[in-house]
Amino acid sequence: MILQLVIEQGLNGLQFGVTLFLMAAGLTLVFGVMDVIHLSHGSFYMMGAFLTASLGSRFDSYLIGLALAIPAVALIGMAVEWIAIRRLYQRQHLDQVLATFGLIMIFNELVRMVWGSQPIFLSPPAALAGTVEVLPGIPYPLFRLAILAAGLAVAVLLAVMIRRTRLGMRLRAGASDRAMAGALGVDIDRLFTIVFGLGAGLAALAGGMAGTVLSVQVGMGESILILAFVVVVIGGIGSIKGALVGAILVGLVDTLARTALPVALRSAMAASQADSVAASLSSTSVYLLMVLVLAWRPKGLYGART
Amino acid sequence: MAPAPELRRRLALAVLLLAALALPPVLAALGQGYYVGFAARVLIMAMAALSLDLVMGLGGMVSFGHAAFLGIGAYVVGIGSWHVFEGVPLPFGLAGSENALVVWPLAMLAAGLAALGIGAVSLRTTGIHFIMITLAFAQMLFYLAGGLKTYGGDDGITLYSRSSLGGLNLSDPFTFYYLCLGLLAAVLAAFLRLADSRFGMVLKGVRDNERRMRALGFPTYRYKLAAFTLSGAVCGLAGALLANASEFAGPAYMGWQRSGELLVMVVLGGMGSLVGAVLGAAALLILEEALAGLTQHWQLLLGALLLLLALSARRGLWGWLGGGGRHG
Repeated sequence: MILQLVIEQGLNGLQFGVTLFLMAAGLTLVFGVMDVIHLSHGSFYMMGAFLTASLGSRFDSYLIGLALAIPAVALIGMAVEWIAIRRLYQRQHLDQVLATFGLIMIFNELVRMVWGSQPIFLSPPAALAGTVEVLPGIPYPLFRLAILAAGLAVAVLLAVMIRRTRLGMRLRAGASDRAMAGALGVDIDRLFTIVFGLGAGLAALAGGMAGTVLSVQVGMGESILILAFVVVVIGGIGSIKGALVGAILVGLVDTLARTALPVALRSAMAASQADSVAASLSSTSVYLLMVLVLAWRPKGLYGART
Repeated sequence: MAPAPELRRRLALAVLLLAALALPPVLAALGQGYYVGFAARVLIMAMAALSLDLVMGLGGMVSFGHAAFLGIGAYVVGIGSWHVFEGVPLPFGLAGSENALVVWPLAMLAAGLAALGIGAVSLRTTGIHFIMITLAFAQMLFYLAGGLKTYGGDDGITLYSRSSLGGLNLSDPFTFYYLCLGLLAAVLAAFLRLADSRFGMVLKGVRDNERRMRALGFPTYRYKLAAFTLSGAVCGLAGALLANASEFAGPAYMGWQRSGELLVMVVLGGMGSLVGAVLGAAALLILEEALAGLTQHWQLLLGALLLLLALSARRGLWGWLGGGGRHG
């Protein structure tokens, strides 16, 4: 019984962590390579979920919907970079906060105009609907495992791309010294557009997958955005490896706190009281983790730059 | 400082003050008395934005968690009132209170102490990490406030009545407005004096080059912490007023969007000028109200406007009015 709970919640935590990683990977690249605080990253996540739902129901296939939503959102991301973000590189971080705060409002309202404010539901493909036994006697939803696997696969692909390909080399060069990379012939403008599009696509993938577990609604991007920022800071700004470790850590801590705290507190106080106290305490656990990590390592786990 | 811009600055300030003084009777004459309450809320948010500009504009500390202090101030008023209404004593046998002279200073004290604690930890980091760690503390307080089951949990506390202050009737919109205006003017005057004092100079020095200030022998950490604490206390006062204005205190005041809104107000008005924070708060809230009256899709318009402003304006509204932003 205890084993079942631990494995089930551990997998839930991992799956949440993987979703967070997809968000944080884009953010940390935009942050590390382009030095832009991008608050509207959550909007790409939201649009990924909405487009997956719409296109999925039109083509009667979740996977086709997701496969179309990712490049669509990546293109939207590139357009946003080209129209607005590009003008903010030389600005203070605060101007970027102001501009991307405005972008959040624009995207939220646009989505509300197209899809309405009622949450919509996204069902996973029938082929992945059942459960499998991860250990004898311990069933787990197959689709959640698929999310976990897809997320890990993307993480590996991303790592290979950054370590082994020419684009990855340029990214690393841009992250460590933008001016020098530009002087050595890297087309910085194009690189930034690609990074932004890549980040938007990853966020759309995260949104399209998370939409099957959570409900798809306006504002869904903001709640995960803040957590993704926490992940980026814990992992160290600009570090993909840090984003992965940070995301898994945050996912596990959050899920385990949500599971373990109510049980622990119920032995100390009345059940209804314990549940609400536990809910608020477990929501703070992630932020506490970040404060502790920063106190221990002010630049995050894998951060090199200030 | 050259005399001409200084004169112009004072003139602009005097005009603003006169306009604020004349506003309620003008609104009443136009039959728009409802907006006096809204105007009071603008003044309150202006005070919160002003407190943020003290640390952000003068001290270079970009806090993304100032809504926490707003919320703490509001909760002190809310909890005091709740205990009066329910007749339940507080721990240690203390009675609840609705007396503004007790509760408002307490709100400042509580918010100030919270700022002292949060600042003590956060100020060990700088730059983007400072932004994120203040955000983290505010989010923690946001969730903790939502867990205060006795005080309504996520729904917060609806105030039974506004605070009492001597013979003043704070439920009267006019009285409340002028009280808010008086407090805001006092805070603004104090902050403007502070900005030109030795303390303010050191703070600006730290913003521009902390290492040099340290080399000159200033204990920069202590200066920054003092400014952060003062800012938190003033934001707590704004929170106490806000709880009175909307007769409500809840976690909604502490969410990160609220902190973001305060940041937007300061940047919009012109960071570091202090007066700009007041203008920015007024501009943002009035825009929201006006656009919401125009169309239900007002967020689209406001978002586009913020985006355009960020892409074009360099010194914010106060600089644009000729006040001369003082940030470097």
